[in-house]
Amino acid sequence: MAAAAAAGPSPGSGPGDSPEGPEGEAPERRRKAHGMREAAGRPAGPDPLDPTDLNGAHFDPEVYLDKLRRECPLAQLMDSETDMVRQIRALDSDMQTLVYENYNKFISATDTIRKMKNDFRKMEDEMDRLATNMAVITDFSARISATLQDRHERITKLAGVHALLRKLQFLFELPSRLTKCVELGAYGQAVRYQGRAQAVLQQYQHLPSFRAIQDDCQVITARLAQQLRQRFRCALPPAPSPICARLLAVALPCVCFCVELLLALGEPFLAHARGRLEKELRSLEAELGPSPPAPDVLEFTDHGGSGFVGGLCQVAAAYQELFAAQGPAGAEKLAAFARELGSRYFALVERRLAQEQGGGDNSLLVRALDRFHRRLRAPGALLAAAGLADAATEIVERVARERLGHHLQGLRAAFLGCLTDVRQALAAPRVAGKEGPGLAELLANVASSILSHIKASLAAVHLFTAKEVSFSNKPYFRGEFCSQGVREGLIVGFIHSMCQTAQSFCDSPGEKGGATPPALLLLLSRLCLDYETATISYILTLTDEQFLVQDQFPVTPVSTLCAEARETARRLLTHYVKVQGLVISQMLRKSVETRDWLSTLEPRNVRAVMKRVVEDTTAIDVQVGLLYEEGVRKAQSSDSSKRTFSVYSSSRQQGRYAPSYTPSAPMDTNLLSNIQKLFSERIDVFSPVEFNKVSVLTGIIKISLKTLLECVRLRTFGRFGLQQVQVDCHFLQLYLWRFVADEELVHLLLDEVVASAALRCPDPVPMEPSVVEVICERG
Amino acid sequence: MEDDAPVIYGLEFQARALTPQTAETDAIRFLVGTQSLKYDNQIHIIDFDDENNIINKNVLLHQAGEIWHISASPADRGVLATCYNRTFCYVLSLDSFGALGKSAAQLFIALATSSDSKVLTCAAVWRMPKELESGSHESPDDSSSTAQTLELLCHLDNTAHGNMACVVWEPMGDGKKIISLADNHILLWDLQESSSQAVLASSASLEGKGQLKFTSGRWSPHHNCTQVATANDTTLRGWDTRSMSQIYCIENAHGQLVRDLDFNPNKQYYLASCGDDCKVKFWDTRNVTEPVKTLEEHSHWVWNVRYNHSHDQLVLTGSSDSRVILSNMVSISSEPFGHLVDDDDISDQEDHRSEEKSKEPLQDNVIATYEEHEDSVYAVDWSSADPWLFASLSYDGRLVINRVPRALKYHILL
Repeated sequence: MAAAAAAGPSPGSGPGDSPEGPEGEAPERRRKAHGMREAAGRPAGPDPLDPTDLNGAHFDPEVYLDKLRRECPLAQLMDSETDMVRQIRALDSDMQTLVYENYNKFISATDTIRKMKNDFRKMEDEMDRLATNMAVITDFSARISATLQDRHERITKLAGVHALLRKLQFLFELPSRLTKCVELGAYGQAVRYQGRAQAVLQQYQHLPSFRAIQDDCQVITARLAQQLRQRFRCALPPAPSPICARLLAVALPCVCFCVELLLALGEPFLAHARGRLEKELRSLEAELGPSPPAPDVLEFTDHGGSGFVGGLCQVAAAYQELFAAQGPAGAEKLAAFARELGSRYFALVERRLAQEQGGGDNSLLVRALDRFHRRLRAPGALLAAAGLADAATEIVERVARERLGHHLQGLRAAFLGCLTDVRQALAAPRVAGKEGPGLAELLANVASSILSHIKASLAAVHLFTAKEVSFSNKPYFRGEFCSQGVREGLIVGFIHSMCQTAQSFCDSPGEKGGATPPALLLLLSRLCLDYETATISYILTLTDEQFLVQDQFPVTPVSTLCAEARETARRLLTHYVKVQGLVISQMLRKSVETRDWLSTLEPRNVRAVMKRVVEDTTAIDVQVGLLYEEGVRKAQSSDSSKRTFSVYSSSRQQGRYAPSYTPSAPMDTNLLSNIQKLFSERIDVFSPVEFNKVSVLTGIIKISLKTLLECVRLRTFGRFGLQQVQVDCHFLQLYLWRFVADEELVHLLLDEVVASAALRCPDPVPMEPSVVEVICERG
Repeated sequence: MEDDAPVIYGLEFQARALTPQTAETDAIRFLVGTQSLKYDNQIHIIDFDDENNIINKNVLLHQAGEIWHISASPADRGVLATCYNRTFCYVLSLDSFGALGKSAAQLFIALATSSDSKVLTCAAVWRMPKELESGSHESPDDSSSTAQTLELLCHLDNTAHGNMACVVWEPMGDGKKIISLADNHILLWDLQESSSQAVLASSASLEGKGQLKFTSGRWSPHHNCTQVATANDTTLRGWDTRSMSQIYCIENAHGQLVRDLDFNPNKQYYLASCGDDCKVKFWDTRNVTEPVKTLEEHSHWVWNVRYNHSHDQLVLTGSSDSRVILSNMVSISSEPFGHLVDDDDISDQEDHRSEEKSKEPLQDNVIATYEEHEDSVYAVDWSSADPWLFASLSYDGRLVINRVPRALKYHILL
């Protein structure tokens, strides 16, 4: 405290003050403090151990004074002395003030302490009194409780007995109460009673009296349950109609209530619901039956819809209302339940629909499917997890697909049926010898019947996509069904199969016998050609219009189908030409091979076989003419029939064969025929034909004449044999030119036949052309 | 040197019969028989000089009649067999009647035909003059003046059997056995005493309704040469020459008449046939219900089908649509994956033949269509000496010698 006081008033003490000799005995403490201040004012001394340093720890006043005395002059000593005196005084006065200030505070503190001492003494006395009082109270209390204990125990026992007795009474009264409750319809109360009593009864059932009560209760409870079930059943009307639906709304809380009660009675809800729904399913199955005429499919789906699906809806709704609290586990259970029963229902429906598959009425089926699908939307929405709606859509789709397959099958069968009809029509009238129905007529019949079949199928299938049908807006029916199912599967598939069926007639192994009547080939060929030109595009346009194909599935373009049809038509026609050519070829070949050409007599007639050939060719011409257009011919001279052959038979032949009598020129015949060939084009015998009558006939005649040529070359002719050939060829020439595109062709081939016959004759003396003509005209 | 250009040779007469000189393996030589009713028929021996592309010919007279079929002995270069129509005496005498009136001649013919109305096709075995066996170097121009005659070795007596359709030699044997087909009989002959005598060893005949007639037959080179296949109408039949009994029968092999057949030389059981339905069919005789393969390239009857002797994927067909078609039937050949090294002695190109390479299987296709003929081609055949060379003969007497295209040849070899 003194240091602090000293620090305040003497900040200005100079460095030079030094303790004076006489005042050297001033308390060391003060000097020390003082010296510290000086030391702070001064620059840090170089040596802290310096004994002359006022503030240093090793300050030695003697050394300091010695040093002052030795070093300073007198004046300075004097100054130091005065300075030091002044400082000392200042410090003294400071100390005095401080002491005075603090003295007052000490006085008051001492007073307070003395007062407290007094008070504590008083308090101690009172505490002692309290302790004694407490001891007395404790003593009294112990005495009272000791006296009361006995009675308290007895009271407690009595209270227990009372409660037990009340419970017993409740139990004994329970049956009657329950009965009353049931009578009054206070089911809730009854159930609560039952709930309360059950555990006890359960526990004490070994006692006969309790057993009796329990039995009674059970009987009553059973009755109660019965009644509740009754109500439950009533509340779920078996055939919901719009009115019923409204009733249902009213009944639903009631149902819930019942259900709740039943649940409280411990009956599993779903098991009960299952029983009810299974009954529905059984009745459906009975309807399905093994043999009895099932009610029509519409009725069936109606039954199913109202009975089963309606019930399922109610169950689901009730369940969800009741067990919403159960969370996902409950929903899962319900979904599984619905799935299981649903799948059984679907199996039944599918069985029923399968029975329908063979039948014809599409509209009924579609309506039934519509109802079925519509019905299932309700539970579908309720039970999204059970996937009922999806499964239903799937069934509908499957049925639709099967339906398409069925129709395709039907179309094929219709086509084959048409072909059979044609065959019969072709076969029958021949026997009667009368001209049967014309080929054109048959063709028209076939075409129109197929077309009408196609249209009928389209119309039937179209029902699936009708706007009012509930499933028509499913993506399958909007997209895939139209494009892949109807267009590709049904229509394109049918056209493919038609072409294939037709082509199979070309590949039939019975090439020789010709199992297929040629007229049928011709007719099919024309049919395919018609398809190529018009019908295919018509059908496809029709399809596209009816079924707005609006998805990105690749569809077979019309051109591909047309190309296929055209190819089929071409193959059929070519095959027709081959078959007919073969028929005539066989005739010609037999006639050449079986005859003994060396020993024939001079020709008087055209051989019958040639007449037959001409007749047949004419018949073929007529036949083809019924179905195919005339086609183009090369321009021909007015009386070609006479000109060429007579020229050939007389002058040219003379020119050709006369030199061969002179043995010196064996080359001439070859030379001549080679030169002739140089100017004629190579003849492709079995070349593809075009779609016209002339081309077909040309093909047939080419085949026949080439056969004749090859056969003639294998034989040896006598003179009259040659002449007979000459006559025959002239006859053919007379009649065949009109059928072919290029009569030169007939000339050429016939020329070659006669030339070959001449070569094969050891004695080639041709007949006079005039005679040939006469014979031919006569024959 | 335009190597692939065809070489054409013209005969004066119609011709149907062509055969390579089977026993000759060095020189390329074909025999062609003519058909003429009015003149002496000839057998042209066609030598082809491969290096100079020149044809040398020698003509032998075959006075017996027009030749329908010719086949050369596989053992003796100088021996051949022909089927020919016997000429008629009255025809020959007709020329001497020349001056007489027409009516008289007609009367004569009427008489002649009424007495001898049958044309009979006979068969005989001949020997050509020694100097012609291996070709001669005479100038080809004056052959007609120096025409030589064949020496008759023996007749195959067919008076009891009917017309001879063809004669086939046992392919691998010593030229002692031949089969001839006569109407519905199949006759096996033993040639004895250096072929101067033919003894009927055994025979079989086809029975059935109608007139059955063999059209063609081939002797299988497999199974120790004990099998022969024949064609009649639409049916192919296989015969065992030891018992002369039928082994297999392919009914309705073709839709129409079967014209010819040939055995695959390297693959037993395989056989090709052709016929009037314009098709060539390939058969496995172990399963005759279905052809292995069918070709339909010609537009008229196919008269001839021939496997190449070494490379059986090469199949040659001739047709009356005047075309010759060379097909590459790799997939059913004995070398479906290209050429495997074997020991055939073909040509200098063999030196370049590299090691067996794995090649992708080739596709069946038509290699070439030869259109040099202007009349029906009735005969085609491969040379026995050069496997890359073949001849075709059309009715107008044109013989065309062609080669397999070079590119293909190298493809097969390398």
